[in-house]
Amino acid sequence: MLRLTRRTNPSRSLEILAPLVAVALTLVVAAILFVALGKNPADAFAAMFWRPVQDLYGWSELGVKVAPLILCAVGLAIGFRASVWNIGAEGQIVVGAIAASWVALATGEGGFGLPGWLLPLLAGALGGMVWGAIPALLRTKANANEILVSLMLVYVGGFLLQYVVRGPMRDPMSFGFPQSPMFPDPARLPILLDTTRLHLGFALALLAALVAWLFVARSYQGFVFRLSGEAPAAAAYAGFSRAKVIWGSFLISGGLAGLAGAAEVLGPIGQLQPAVSPGYGFAAIIVAFLGRLHPIGIIAAALLMGLFYLGGEIAQMELQLPIAITGVFQGLLLFFLLGADTFVRWRLVLGGTR
Amino acid sequence: MPPLLELVGITKRYPGIVANQDVSLAVQPGEIQALLGENGAGKSTLMKIVYGLARPDEGEIRWQGELVVENSPVLARKRGIGMVFQHFTLFETLTVAENIALGLEPGNAGSDLEGRIRELSRHYGLAVAPQAPVWSLSVGERQRVEIVRCLLQSPRLLIMDEPTSVLTPQEADGLFATLRRLAAEGCAVLYISHKLEEIQALCHAATVLRAGKVVARCDPTRETARSLAALMIGKAPPEIEHRPAESDGPVVLSVADLSLPSVDPHGTALKRVSFSLRAGEILGVAGVAGNGQRELLRALSGEDARAPAGAITLAGQPAGNLDPKRRRALGLAFVPEERLGRGAAPKLSLTLNALLTGKRQSLTRAGLIRQGAVERRATEIVRRFDVRTPGIQAEAGSLSGGNLQKFIVGRELYDGPKLLIAAHPTWGVDVGAATLIREEMLALRDRGGSVLLFSEELDELFLLSDRIAVMFHGMLSPPAPVRQLTPESVGLLMGGAGFEGGVGLAQAH
Amino acid sequence: MGDELSTAIAVIAATLRAGTPLVFAAIGELVAERAGVLNLGIEGMMLVGAVVGFMVAASTGLTPLGFVAAALAGMGAAAIYGALALNLMTNQVATGLALAIFGAGLAAFLGQSWVGIPLPGMALPFPETLRSIPVAGPILFGHDWLVYLSLLTVAGVAFFLHRTRGGLILRAVGENQESAHALGYPVLRIRWLATLFGGAMAGIGGGYLSLIYTPQWAENMTAGRGWIALALVVFATWRPWRVLLGAYVFGGVTILGLQIQAAGIAINSNLVAMTPYLATIIVLVLISRDATRIRLHTPASLARPFHPEA
Repeated sequence: MLRLTRRTNPSRSLEILAPLVAVALTLVVAAILFVALGKNPADAFAAMFWRPVQDLYGWSELGVKVAPLILCAVGLAIGFRASVWNIGAEGQIVVGAIAASWVALATGEGGFGLPGWLLPLLAGALGGMVWGAIPALLRTKANANEILVSLMLVYVGGFLLQYVVRGPMRDPMSFGFPQSPMFPDPARLPILLDTTRLHLGFALALLAALVAWLFVARSYQGFVFRLSGEAPAAAAYAGFSRAKVIWGSFLISGGLAGLAGAAEVLGPIGQLQPAVSPGYGFAAIIVAFLGRLHPIGIIAAALLMGLFYLGGEIAQMELQLPIAITGVFQGLLLFFLLGADTFVRWRLVLGGTR
Repeated sequence: MPPLLELVGITKRYPGIVANQDVSLAVQPGEIQALLGENGAGKSTLMKIVYGLARPDEGEIRWQGELVVENSPVLARKRGIGMVFQHFTLFETLTVAENIALGLEPGNAGSDLEGRIRELSRHYGLAVAPQAPVWSLSVGERQRVEIVRCLLQSPRLLIMDEPTSVLTPQEADGLFATLRRLAAEGCAVLYISHKLEEIQALCHAATVLRAGKVVARCDPTRETARSLAALMIGKAPPEIEHRPAESDGPVVLSVADLSLPSVDPHGTALKRVSFSLRAGEILGVAGVAGNGQRELLRALSGEDARAPAGAITLAGQPAGNLDPKRRRALGLAFVPEERLGRGAAPKLSLTLNALLTGKRQSLTRAGLIRQGAVERRATEIVRRFDVRTPGIQAEAGSLSGGNLQKFIVGRELYDGPKLLIAAHPTWGVDVGAATLIREEMLALRDRGGSVLLFSEELDELFLLSDRIAVMFHGMLSPPAPVRQLTPESVGLLMGGAGFEGGVGLAQAH
Repeated sequence: MGDELSTAIAVIAATLRAGTPLVFAAIGELVAERAGVLNLGIEGMMLVGAVVGFMVAASTGLTPLGFVAAALAGMGAAAIYGALALNLMTNQVATGLALAIFGAGLAAFLGQSWVGIPLPGMALPFPETLRSIPVAGPILFGHDWLVYLSLLTVAGVAFFLHRTRGGLILRAVGENQESAHALGYPVLRIRWLATLFGGAMAGIGGGYLSLIYTPQWAENMTAGRGWIALALVVFATWRPWRVLLGAYVFGGVTILGLQIQAAGIAINSNLVAMTPYLATIIVLVLISRDATRIRLHTPASLARPFHPEA
C-alpha cells in the first residue's frame, strides 16, 4: 500500500523540479492523445512547439501572446500568494479593453505633447481596476466570496462588450459588423521590432514582472501580503489589515489585467471587437501557478503557455487537430503541477502502517 | 490470570523522531495506572496505538492474554477500550445525543439512547443534557459527554489523556470519585498526566516515560512529587523561587467596565470586566477554558478593536479601538495561545517570523526589508533564548513546541515592552523551556515591566503571580493578592461561586 | 383559459426547467461541502456530463442512457479532483479551478463534431389526461422526468443528511475531521463518496442542459451555471430545501428576462443576459453580509486537507 508521510523539511529540489515534471507528464499524455487521434506525435509536437518559433517572426508572435499572459499572471500571483482569489482577470481584460477603446476613440490623436496611446493605456488599467474593485469592495464590506463575484463579473463584462460593440461604440460605417472604428494611428502602441507585431505591451509586461519581483521578494508589503495568505491569524495578530491586502491584490491584478486588455486592442487588434481575448485571463491562472507564483517563473511559464496558443493554431491548420485541445492541455498541466507539488512536502512510501 | 492489557516492546517511529522505543507495560483489571511523562515523551502516541489510531512499527499488543492482530478504533471499542482524548473528539454543532451516537457502534446507538444516557449519568454523577448542542457546553460538561460516551459501551479499560487540565480542582475531585467507582466495579483506567499530586492521590501504579522509553515503574504513593518529577525529566527539576511583590508603580494597563459580545457565534461575551495592572507586577488570570479568556485577550491585543476607546487604557492612552500595531507602539507585547498560525507563521522562516512584530523602523528602508538587520535580530533571539534550531532559515513549523515558544517569547521581549500579555505561555512546552519562560517573565517584572498572565494551571499562577483574578462566564473577579488566596479558593471562583450576583459580589474568600 | 393565465403557467413551467440543472449541480455540491470538500470545478463536471451524455444519447438514440453516461462522466471528472484534493491534499481552490478549466477544454474537444445534431427526446412521465387538467395539470404533471427526479433527489438528500446515521457521519466528517478520524471513521472514503456524488449530480445537471433543456450540444453551454450553483449552496446556508428555492429564483430571473423581451419591451438583449450573473452577485452580498450566520452554517472542516498523521 502506498501512503504519504510528511517530510521534516520541504524538498527544495522538488520545488524547482515540480513544474518541469508537470510539463513532462503533460507532454506524455499529449503524445498518447495524438496517437489516439491517429496523428504522429512527432509531427504534432513539431507543429505545436517547434514550427511556431523557427524564425524571428515566430518569436515575435510568441511575444505578442506572452505579453497579456505575463501581465495578468503577475498580478494574479500577488493575490494568490495572499489567498485572494481573483479569477475574473478575463473580465478585467475585457473592461480594460473597452475603457481603452473609448478613450482611444475620444482622444486618440494625442495632444498636450503626450503620445496618443498613453491615455488609452492608462484608461485600460483604470477600467481593470474598477472591475477588480467590485469584488474587493463586496468582499471587504459584505463578506461576499471573491471567487464567485469576480467570476460572475467575467460574464457581465462579456455581455457589456457585446453590448458596446453592437451599440454605443459600433462603427457606423461597419456595415452592421459589431466592431468599433479603427483607432487613429497615434493611439496604436509603438512596435518594438520592425515588420512584426511585437508591441510596447511586451516591454510593459517584462517591466511589470520586474517590479512585481521586487515587491514579492524584497518589500515589506510583499511580506505582509504573503503572511496574510499563509497565516491569516498571524497577520491579524501582527496587526496587518486583511482588507488592505484584499484591496491591494484586486487593484494590482485588476489594473494589470486591464492594461493587458488595453494593450491587446491598442496593439495587435487596433479596434474594439466582440472577442478581445482568447481566454488569457483564465490561462493566466495556470501560468501563475506553473510559475510558482513567482514573477520570474511566470515569464517562463507564460512562454510555454503562449506556445500552446500559437502551436494550437498551427496544429489546427496543418494537422486538423481541434483548437480545443489547448484547453485540455492547460487543465492537465495544472493538475499535474498541483499533484507534483504535494511531493515537495510529502514523501511517498511503501508500507501498510499508519 | 493474564493482565487485561499488555504492551510488549512497542516501537513507533515518525519521520525525524522515535515516539516510542521498546515500551512495555501491563494493566490489571480494576487498576488505575498512571502513564507519566513530559510533553513529547510519547504518552499520547502510545495510547493512540492501544486505541488503534496508530500502528506500531514493532512490538505486540495483548488483550486478555491474546495477541491483537487487527486494530482500529472500532475494534478497540468492541474489545471494551474507551478513550477520552485531551482534545475532545466532539462535534460542536451536533447535539450531545448525536455526539454520543457517533461514538457507539451502529447496533448500540439505536433505541432509547437518551434514556440510557440519563440513567448512566445519574449512576456516575455525570450530569449531561442529551438535547443540548455541544457548543453551548462548558469544557467540563464536554468532558462529561466524552466520558458518558465511553461508559455507554461498558468498557473494560478507560484511557484518560490529561483529563484535569480543563477542570477546576473541585471538578477534578468529582472526576476522581467517578474513576474510583469505575475501578471498584472492575474497570481498569490508564491515566495520562503530568500533574504529580493527582497521580499520587489517584493511581495504584505508574509507568514513567522519557523520550519515548520506559524509565521507571513505581508505586506513586511511595514517591514524592519531587522524586516523580526527577524520574520524568531525568534530573532534579529546576526550581523557581516564589517571590511575590507588591507594586506601587504607575498603572500600565487599566480596563474599565469592558463589555463586548463575542465575534465567534459560539463564544463568550465579556461582561463588565474591570481591572488595572501596575508597573512591576504580575497579574494572573485563572479560569476554566471557554469563560471569555480568548475574547478578553483579543480585546486587549487589538485583534478585536471594537471596544470603546476609553474602556482600555494602555500607558495612559485610551486604546480600546487601536489596532495591534498601535498598541505595540505604546509598549505592549503579546504571546498568544496558539503558537503555530498565530504567534508564528509555520511556513515562513524564523527570520521572517522575527519581522512579524519587530519594530519596523529599524528593519525596513524605503519599503524594502533590510535583510541583514532582520537576520541579526533573529540570530540574537535564537541565541539569547536558547532556541534549538538548525538555523534561522528553518521554517517555524519545523521547531518543537518548546523551542518555538521560546522564540516567540524572545521576539516579544526583544523590543523591551512595558507590558507583556502571555496566554498559556508554557502549555505543551517541555520543563526546560517552561522554566526559562517563567524566569523571563519574572525578570521582566523585576525590571519594572508588567505581565498579564493567563493560565489554566493553578500551580503556575501561584508560582508567578503577585495578584490573581478569575474569569467566569465572561466576568472577571476583582484581583486579590496571592497571599490571601489558596488553590481551593481560586478553584471555587473558577466554578462560579461568588459570581451569582455579578462581579461586584465576587469575593476572594 | 385567459392569455395571462396561460402565460403565467408557461412561465412557471419554464422557471422549473431553467432551475433544474442548478438544483442538480447545487445539491451535489452541497453534499460534498457538508463532508468538507469544496469542489469549485462544478462548471467543468457539468460540461463533461453535458457532452458525454449528449454523445451517448445521440449515438444510441436513448436519452435515459445519456443521463447515465452524463452521471458517470461527472463522476469521472470528480475522481480526478478526488485523487488530487483528497489523496494528494492539493489546494482545493486551485484544484477546483483546474477542474473547471480542464472540463471546459475536454468537453469542447470531445464535442466539436457533435454540434448541431438533433436528439430523440424523452417521453414525459405523466399521461396527456393528467397534463391537460386546467392549471394544475401543466404545473403539477407537465414536466419531464428530470424535474421530478431533481425534487426527489433534494428530498432524499435532506432525509439522508438529517435522518440517517450515514448522514450524521457525513456531517461529522465535514464538521471536525480530526474527531471523526479519532472515532475511527474513514474520513477520506466518506469524502470520496461525497465528491463522486457531487460529480454525478453535476454531470446530470449538465446532461439536462444538452439532452432536454436546449437540447443540443454547444461549447461552454453551461454559461456559468456551475459557478452559480456554488453561490446557491452559500445562499442555501448548506440546507437542502433552500437549494430548491434558490435554484428556482435563478430560473425565474432567467425566464423573466426573456419574457420582458418577448413582451416587446425595448431593452438590449445583452443587458438582459447579464441579469442572472448580477442576481448571483446581489444574492451573495445579501446572504454573506451576516457573517455570523454564514460562519454558523459553514462546515467547519470545509476545504481543509486531511491526513491521518497530521
